[in-house]
Amino acid sequence: MTTVEADPVQTGQAVVSLDSVSKQYGSGSNALLALDKVSLTVRKGEFVCLLGASGCGKSTLLSLIAGLDKISAGTLDIGGRHVSLMFQEAALFPWLSVSGNVELPMRLRGVARAERKQRAEELLDIVRLKGFGDKRPHELSGGMRQRVALARALAQNADILLMDEPFGALDAMTRDILHDELERIWREQELTVVFVTHNVREAVRLGDRVILLSSRPGRVIEDFPVTHERPRRIDSPEVAGQAAEITDRLRAEVARHAN
Amino acid sequence: MPIKYPSARAGLEGVTGSLPAPVEKPDAAKDRITGLDALELGGKSEKGSLGKRFWRSAWPKLLAIGIVVLVWQIVVWAEWKPVYVLPGPATVFEDLGTLIKTGDFWDGVRVTMLRAVTGFGLAVLIGTIVGAAVSRFTPLRAAIGSLITGLQTMPSIMWFPLAILLFQLSESAILFVVVIGAAPSVANGLISGIDYVPRTWLRVGQVLGMTGFAKYRHLILPASLPSFISGLKQGWAFSWRSLMAGELLVIVPGALSIGVRMQQARDLNESSLVISFIIVVLVIGILIDVLFNAADNALRKRWGLTGS
Repeated sequence: MTTVEADPVQTGQAVVSLDSVSKQYGSGSNALLALDKVSLTVRKGEFVCLLGASGCGKSTLLSLIAGLDKISAGTLDIGGRHVSLMFQEAALFPWLSVSGNVELPMRLRGVARAERKQRAEELLDIVRLKGFGDKRPHELSGGMRQRVALARALAQNADILLMDEPFGALDAMTRDILHDELERIWREQELTVVFVTHNVREAVRLGDRVILLSSRPGRVIEDFPVTHERPRRIDSPEVAGQAAEITDRLRAEVARHAN
Repeated sequence: MPIKYPSARAGLEGVTGSLPAPVEKPDAAKDRITGLDALELGGKSEKGSLGKRFWRSAWPKLLAIGIVVLVWQIVVWAEWKPVYVLPGPATVFEDLGTLIKTGDFWDGVRVTMLRAVTGFGLAVLIGTIVGAAVSRFTPLRAAIGSLITGLQTMPSIMWFPLAILLFQLSESAILFVVVIGAAPSVANGLISGIDYVPRTWLRVGQVLGMTGFAKYRHLILPASLPSFISGLKQGWAFSWRSLMAGELLVIVPGALSIGVRMQQARDLNESSLVISFIIVVLVIGILIDVLFNAADNALRKRWGLTGS
């Protein structure tokens, strides 16, 4: 793992620490090793992208950090922080209105009605969906639903936002605009983000670091710091250049599985 | 926040010399996303007026009724049976018109509907409790899960001999059969609704930290609603059938229900009246079905499960 000591974001407090974390599904001859001795640290306010081909255990890694699944070996420390997780599908509940969906995490925490209504409005404003609170989820487009899901995740008041290919199902234009939005919200809300993707340019566009994982089992191959000035564009030469470099490593990794 | 791309520009300048500096309004990013939203939502399709839509759904049904009445009339004209055994539509509709103007008839409808509502209500209560218990506790499911499906396929008329022995010729005997006919459908609707809650929703529930009661209150129960409603609908159909069988078999003294009146008409050889009661039972069944469909459609529309 390469580390850049001078980078200011790397000097922050560690909020997620994984030390030789392994995850195995099943046992005996059917055992599948999904993650093999993965070590990584995510610091406060950092935007980390996890990148890899199929079977690299990206999603498994997020499930472990989110506490939805148990690690098989190693140590995982998030210091008791609250974690929220977003998926490729917005997975909003159709029996609730848009603001009802955003209010739900607060309802579960027992926040008073008036307070959560006001907070939901603020959050919808943050994701630029002011005035859509009374709509039903199915009345919105895919990109808008994903922003509602983001507002719902923010309503959890989580310290760490985990995103599992959140823009994977969206068209390129929508994705491009949502990158700008996510970057703005990340900065304004001072979030710590762990973002899983298989899109190299997306990773370089968004991340402070891009961590490349190998496949079957998932291991950390390399940790690329991304230092281009923000806000970035996905079609800028710097992003394209570094993406090409990382893609080469990824290709070599995929080719390794030919035999 | 002004959005500029200094790094991108720097890179391009190296290649092309000088590019005009992109000057963006402070709200450019906001405009972009609001504009995209407006484009993606698009215009709404016009569905036509209420009257037009009503006519569009009504005419096939009216046509079907017309065909049935026509075939009936042809059979009568062909003199397959004497007209005092099989009267024509004109005679029956005339008798039906007279029948529904009598207070006696509506008393009968009231007796029957009261039984239907009570029996169905009890079936919903019991079916819901059993369904929730079965899907909550795995051993219970192994024990009686298949029994519920078995009960569902049992013809309800088979229960009457036992019901009469248990409760004699009483309201309870009828209610017993109505409930035992309808409750399994209600329970099954709830069980399959709970079984097929989409995995992604369950994961969201996990992420939001839902456990125990909150998980049922905010996720499992609302998510199983569509399946529960189809269970209710099916349960109603079963309870209505059981009730009609019951009213013909179990004559409770003093309760002149639709079934009893129909039986009386048969005893007096009044075919026209018998057919009139058949039509009444059919119409009530259709009306209730329309109510369930309306509830189902309202839910589908709210959830965005319809094609529109």
